Amino acid sequence: MFSVLGAGVAGLCAATALAERGARVEVIDPSPDPTGASWYAGGMLAPFCEGEAAPQEVVVAGQAARDWWAARVPGVLTHGTLVVAPPRDQAELGRFARATQGHAPVDPGVLEPDLAGRFARGLFFADEAHLDPRAALQALRDRLLTLGAELHFGTDARPRGQVIDCRGLSARGELAGLRAVRGEMLLLRCDGFHLHRPVRLLHPRFPCYIVPRGPGLFMVGATMIETDQDGPITARSVMELLSAAYALHPALAEAALIETGAGLRPAFADNIPRIVHQGDRIFINGLYRHGYLMAPALAERLAQTLFQEVPLAS
Amino acid sequence: MRLYGTEIASRLLLGTAQYPSPAVLAEAIRTSGTAVITVSLRREGPGGGGFRDLIAQAGCHLLPNTAGCHSAQEAITTARMARELFGTDWIKLEVIGHADTLQPDPFALVEAARVLCAEGFKVFPYTTEDLILGERLLEAGCEVLMPWGAPIGSGQGLRNPEGLRSMRAHFAGVPLVIDAGIGAPSQAAAAMEMGFDAVLLNTAVAKAADPVAMARAFGLAVQAGRLAHEAGLMPRRDMAAPSTPIFGMAELL
Repeated sequence: MFSVLGAGVAGLCAATALAERGARVEVIDPSPDPTGASWYAGGMLAPFCEGEAAPQEVVVAGQAARDWWAARVPGVLTHGTLVVAPPRDQAELGRFARATQGHAPVDPGVLEPDLAGRFARGLFFADEAHLDPRAALQALRDRLLTLGAELHFGTDARPRGQVIDCRGLSARGELAGLRAVRGEMLLLRCDGFHLHRPVRLLHPRFPCYIVPRGPGLFMVGATMIETDQDGPITARSVMELLSAAYALHPALAEAALIETGAGLRPAFADNIPRIVHQGDRIFINGLYRHGYLMAPALAERLAQTLFQEVPLAS
Repeated sequence: MRLYGTEIASRLLLGTAQYPSPAVLAEAIRTSGTAVITVSLRREGPGGGGFRDLIAQAGCHLLPNTAGCHSAQEAITTARMARELFGTDWIKLEVIGHADTLQPDPFALVEAARVLCAEGFKVFPYTTEDLILGERLLEAGCEVLMPWGAPIGSGQGLRNPEGLRSMRAHFAGVPLVIDAGIGAPSQAAAAMEMGFDAVLLNTAVAKAADPVAMARAFGLAVQAGRLAHEAGLMPRRDMAAPSTPIFGMAELL
């Protein structure tokens, strides 16, 4: 039996990969209500865009995410990613293009009619996808129950099997080298404004992305601050994210700000997630800003190792 | 080079923001050969311990900054917090006058410098090439001046080289560090050739496609520029001056 600690994206993906191989699995989390980094994520499956700053390892492993999710949860949309820059920051677009693969130049207005005339040039990453992370977490929980896994919420559940520790920052006490990178987001409702895919706005100081979450709903994210302070979003971050959204389209100034959130991303010094065997525990941690992108690859790697489909990693 | 009585082994000072990861940052610090790194804390607050611990491992002198402060009081408060968190009385004093151009507010800068110097801080003010402003900062107690090359993050290089030359001549003997606006190693070398004591930069390395290689390029450029300055550059001439004497050569033909 496997006891997966943590019902965030890392834990649920790991539990799913194990349960699908016929293992008995339990998932243990102190709270039935999802919180933390997974809950506030953008849900972009964008390995090529992330390559701007992420190492090639993430770009390669992340390419498996789209199909993994699409085979298991509804609502994975392969509509690509559109990248634009304000007129005075066009140089950023060139820099982004040089730092990434898998894109083609595009007239942004052709892809997103609501942005017509606002940006002369854009980059289109056609193979990228996005999902609604909250719906995806729920779908994985449902799927796990169907596969016969047990979900235990509350503080008195004791692990009964091999512990797979996916607790993110809560594992900081046991796992050396883990730090927090704070991320903040907004949820906007703006009827009459349409986007079909995540749009990234390059800006030298306030880069941001907007992910459509169904009709009239938009997630705007995300700050990256080297701090482990949690608590509500700061006024400055709201201002920066909204000014970036406004630069994308002034119509968003009339949106209703229906939610703000802040989460702490767990990260190692190289910002690359890893599986760590330590004592009698196996940790999956350090998913940084790549939770939905990297959790499937880590989960499959873990399952392949445990089921000896591949030789045990040293 | 001595800054506030401390011998500094490298004339390149490096900022620590915007790198792909702390691991890449650590490697860039190593290959650049820098001995002083700047650290911000206005936005991170006391909770930034994880990142601070990582950069402390670089073994460099830490120069906390007041980046993001728009008033003298904000900068003073941030400096005091920095002294507690980092255990150093060095402070890179930035008081931003305009959110878009990020140019310093000269009036608030002098005001904050006066208060902080009186409290025993060793203040490194981010200033312009204005000579009178420089004098006021020295009067306030600063022993180093850090004029901009160009607006922060712009990569424009030395936007006013003649003004910077005047500043170098006016403040002979005062350590002058070109801070901000440097985009290419050639620009850093040019600043060093002009006789500036050091160069401080961040974005040009952090946002390079390969920050570690770019850090090395800047380290070498700063060394080359300094060496050229010490070696004595030849003066410019309006005409060609053949390096091989032709007078008295046998005429062919």
